[in-house]
Amino acid sequence: MAIDASGVKKVAHLARLSIDDDAVEATAATISSILELVDRMQAVDTQGVEPLAHPLDAIQRLRPDEVTEENQREQLQSCAPAVEEGLFLVPRVIE
Amino acid sequence: MQWETVIGLEIHVQLATKTKIFSGASTAFGATPNTQACAVDLGLPGILPVVNEEAINMAIKFGLGIDAEINKVNVFERKNYFYPDLPKGYQTTQLEKPIVGAGHVDITLADGSTKSIRIHHAHLEEDAGKSLHEDFHGMSGIDLNRAGTPLIEIVTEPDIRNAEEAVAFAKKLHSIVTTLGICDGDMSQGSMRFDVNVSVRPKGQKEFGTRTETKNLNSFKFMEAAILKEVERQIDLIEDGGTVIQETRLYNGDTGEARSMRSKEEANDYRYFPCPDLLPVIIDDSCLEKLQAEMPEMPDAKKARFIADFGLSDYDAEILSADQATANYFEAATRASDDAKLSANWIMGELSKSLNQNSISITESPVTADMLGGLIKRIKDNTISGKIAKEVFEVLWQGECSTADEVIEKKGLKQVTDTGAIEAMIDEVLASNAQQVENYRAAPDDKRGKMIGFFVGQCMKASKGKANPGMVNQILKQKLDG
Repeated sequence: MAIDASGVKKVAHLARLSIDDDAVEATAATISSILELVDRMQAVDTQGVEPLAHPLDAIQRLRPDEVTEENQREQLQSCAPAVEEGLFLVPRVIE
Repeated sequence: MQWETVIGLEIHVQLATKTKIFSGASTAFGATPNTQACAVDLGLPGILPVVNEEAINMAIKFGLGIDAEINKVNVFERKNYFYPDLPKGYQTTQLEKPIVGAGHVDITLADGSTKSIRIHHAHLEEDAGKSLHEDFHGMSGIDLNRAGTPLIEIVTEPDIRNAEEAVAFAKKLHSIVTTLGICDGDMSQGSMRFDVNVSVRPKGQKEFGTRTETKNLNSFKFMEAAILKEVERQIDLIEDGGTVIQETRLYNGDTGEARSMRSKEEANDYRYFPCPDLLPVIIDDSCLEKLQAEMPEMPDAKKARFIADFGLSDYDAEILSADQATANYFEAATRASDDAKLSANWIMGELSKSLNQNSISITESPVTADMLGGLIKRIKDNTISGKIAKEVFEVLWQGECSTADEVIEKKGLKQVTDTGAIEAMIDEVLASNAQQVENYRAAPDDKRGKMIGFFVGQCMKASKGKANPGMVNQILKQKLDG
């Protein structure tokens, strides 16, 4: 499996990454080589093997339902570019 | 052409946990913006989510409540998309291994028939924040208090055939989650939100038509109206030679208008993958057994018991078992009054009328189940008539007294059951209405039944409603008929 220039642009857009136009071809080639490796792995017979959800052979610890985080708004908003009336301000979004 | 409607629902149910699904921030509704959004909810670098045990337990209870298989190995995945109310850039959700597998919810329709609606699955996920589009100098304001609130998204099979079934299903689901205590059921605060998938097809056709999805309906009434409108739109469109396009639509409950959401530039591509921050959640048998033992009586079982133990009609039992608070009230009132049928009538009559007029829930009723039970007791032992009882209820509602007995005593409402007193009063009424008495006696038997009403009315008026109506009727008849 390979990826072409338009595929790279689409994936970059979905991930909100900007790629210079003159870097697109080279990126396509790099990603394609990774996909080649994936193709080789795909060829392995995995019949009867449980899909791996996490590389650590451990299970999730659960947390009791108790409030441990108090209001830290002032601190957390200190790094926000714009706030008003306690709200984070962002470029206008319309659905 | 005869058309058939096909409806499938997706319902987001906010779980009633105290804290978020992956953080220890509070989920209390109505807090000042961003005071309940911690570093985890904001998706700041270096954070690590930890799963809330209670969210898992509540999702399992839902599964047990709809006879579903519970998946013992649970994997959380990242659903990637960009929107300002989702600061992480992905929603943590489930895809391949949802916690609740296939189950069913049974509904009763207006004609008394029942239908089983299959549930495809239900998965756990986190809610997003809220965007406020009021004008902040051309910008949008973001409140992330809701971000990370635990949700279960319940997905039905396309088994629903009209708006009535959809509403019956929605109400039943509301009844199930509130009975389980896993959701507060407050739809006006967004605790349950319905997405409606609607398509139409010529009756008898096997293939489904193209469907549209109307999102985020937060009342039964809006859901019904949105479905009716969309079905009509699709049929009109097809009959005029057009075709339905698959799209997401918005319905405005206030204006009753529906419109297409601006179509997205490209199809959704969420690039799901297992969340590397979260290990699989394993549900063991001891956990399942413990939760099974904690399961409350479900609405269907409760309804059957109300019919069997209290002799209620199917209709009464359906209404009184629908939500936990009403069912509890009914059982407490019945214990206090020792009369299930009268308790049912009063709860569905005077009480619910007063609750509706004042827009309050049954748990906030100034007349408690014990107070209503005490009132019903006095109707049963003939201390007061049903009509006076309404007066007593009103006084109790206003909070002037705390028991029916106190009201009856204070206001002197005790029913007159003394035969001598009633006879004397009737004699007076007959004496001052001599002409009517003559007319009555001259009338044929079949006319008399109606005419006696006049005398009963006069007697009740003379006694200010306190005479026992049964006795008045009986004594009047004796005296008039001679």
